[in-house]
Amino acid sequence: MTTMTVKGSRRRTTGAVRRGVRRNLTAYGFLCAALICFAFFSWYPMVREFLLSFQKTNFVGPPEWVGLDNFRTVIDDSAFAPAWINTAAFTGLALIVGYAVPFVAAIVLNELRHAKAYLRFVVYLPVMLPPAVAVLLFKWFYDPGPGLFNQILGFVHLPGLSWLDSTSTALISLVIVSTWMNLGTGTLIYLAALQSIPSELYEAAELDGAGLFKRIWHVTVPQTKLILLVMLLLQIVATMQVFIEPYLLTGGGPENATVTVAYLMYQYAFSFGNFGGGGALGLMLMIVLMVFSAIYLRVSRDDKN
Amino acid sequence: MSNSTVRSAGSDVRPSRPARPGAPQVPGPRAERRRRRAREPQRQFRGVVSPQTLSTPHGKAIYWIVLVTVVALFTAVFVFPLYWMITGALKSADEFAQMPPTFFPKSIDWGVYKEAWDQLDLGLFLRNTLIYAAGAWFFTLAIDVTAAYALSKLRPVLGKLVLALMLSTLMIPPMVILLPAYLTVKDLPILGFNLLNTPWAIWLPAAANGFFIFLLKRFFDSIPRELLEAAQIDGASPVRILWSIVLPVSRPIIGVVSILAVVNVWKDFVWPLLVLPDTDKMSISVGISSLSAQMPQNVLMAALVIASIPAIVVFFIFQRSIMAGLTAGSLKG
Repeated sequence: MTTMTVKGSRRRTTGAVRRGVRRNLTAYGFLCAALICFAFFSWYPMVREFLLSFQKTNFVGPPEWVGLDNFRTVIDDSAFAPAWINTAAFTGLALIVGYAVPFVAAIVLNELRHAKAYLRFVVYLPVMLPPAVAVLLFKWFYDPGPGLFNQILGFVHLPGLSWLDSTSTALISLVIVSTWMNLGTGTLIYLAALQSIPSELYEAAELDGAGLFKRIWHVTVPQTKLILLVMLLLQIVATMQVFIEPYLLTGGGPENATVTVAYLMYQYAFSFGNFGGGGALGLMLMIVLMVFSAIYLRVSRDDKN
Repeated sequence: MSNSTVRSAGSDVRPSRPARPGAPQVPGPRAERRRRRAREPQRQFRGVVSPQTLSTPHGKAIYWIVLVTVVALFTAVFVFPLYWMITGALKSADEFAQMPPTFFPKSIDWGVYKEAWDQLDLGLFLRNTLIYAAGAWFFTLAIDVTAAYALSKLRPVLGKLVLALMLSTLMIPPMVILLPAYLTVKDLPILGFNLLNTPWAIWLPAAANGFFIFLLKRFFDSIPRELLEAAQIDGASPVRILWSIVLPVSRPIIGVVSILAVVNVWKDFVWPLLVLPDTDKMSISVGISSLSAQMPQNVLMAALVIASIPAIVVFFIFQRSIMAGLTAGSLKG
């Protein structure tokens, strides 16, 4: 190291280059399986989504470019407007309960000194169930005759509802299942966030004479603001993709009351055999969701800095 | 004590100290934290409500009322539906349709479960799902661990770009590339394979998971360089370093990724619905729902119970890892 001749340093550089090449070869050797998987099942489908929505294809001949025809077809569909309205309504309704309740539940759970493990386990139980199981279970609960919900309503002397069979209650019924399945995730994430709030903040607020609700409003909420925002965006993106509930419960009915964008996309491809139309719907949904994803990325990057 | 469970579950996701004797003892983040914690006086955890208020008789009364209400409410909302499902499947067809329903089944009749098992071929569906989940677990680990290791420790040319491209897939909601992904699996470009109705249609796409790459790479980044350099000087190859140093240290994160990988496949519905259309290839969720219209409700309930048991058992056993995985991605993203 100390007595370094010119010759020696050259040998050293060629050695370093060789080592660098070898390191890169090893690295790409390690990476190649992942690169192949991502290329086939993520990157290529992303590109193909764009192609699909501007092409007409019958899977026999080569696909044909049709410009915006696919978009025109789906927009002219009588289910197009209901699909977007229902998706927006579903997302909004799911937020009202699914967003506020987990936060309140987490605040309450955080105060309890007993039965915590039980409560945490129980709230996450529906999340662990396969969604198909939860949805089919609720399908039975919604049965207007012997279904659990109408039986409970009857028990307290209220008239039964027709749940999935009526245009006015069908979408709400889907929101209820979806919320039941997903409440646990938010609750546990908020709970973890609450536990990282330093006790000093509450003590200081208390010394200043802040009451319980003031403390929640001025300490708990600001301290968890970021995670609240992140969860809001994640939940919007997740619920706007709603598919399994209309697929298993209503088939989009009655009278398009529960048809959603993702479900319509599925129908276009697998019921009507029109992958171009499905692709066009998928692309529109992607653009809407990307807006929320972009805000999410922005927010989480700000968090790191 | 139980207050800290989630918090400490989060901190589990950090390299554990190398178990190898003779390996240099580098103080990891955990050791450092332990030292810091030892210096600070142990502080009682508190939330919004002050401990003083809780110790007054009035506060105690309110606390117990709230506790009982919450426990009752949670049990009613989250456990009762499951109770109703399990007992519904124990009732005979007559009792099942009875109005008003019986709260306890009149006679416990496990025959309905047997009927569901035989009629729906649940054994086959469960075996299929197990194969899909096990394979997805294997390929996810084999592919994503090596990739994350290469990106984190070998740092090849263009590694940053590759990582960015992999993480960019997190921006794309799975539903919107459902159709092109299906078409790809149906007719794999260049190679021309049709993967429909084969386990590969589940296994390989499961491994292309940007979130797992992100979790693993972030963990590998926190493994001290000195540890690997020491092994390198001893002449260990990258494969050997990965196998005997990185993997043993990374057990917590590998646990989290394993469980997420298995649970994802177990819960997934849309993808197996599309790529495994043959009845004898279906996963349990798809199989039950595709046959659900043709069978009596009580038999369907029994099938649903059987389908939920594996998930609940897994949750029971791996609760800590599952909850750590939940907070690992979302808290400090």
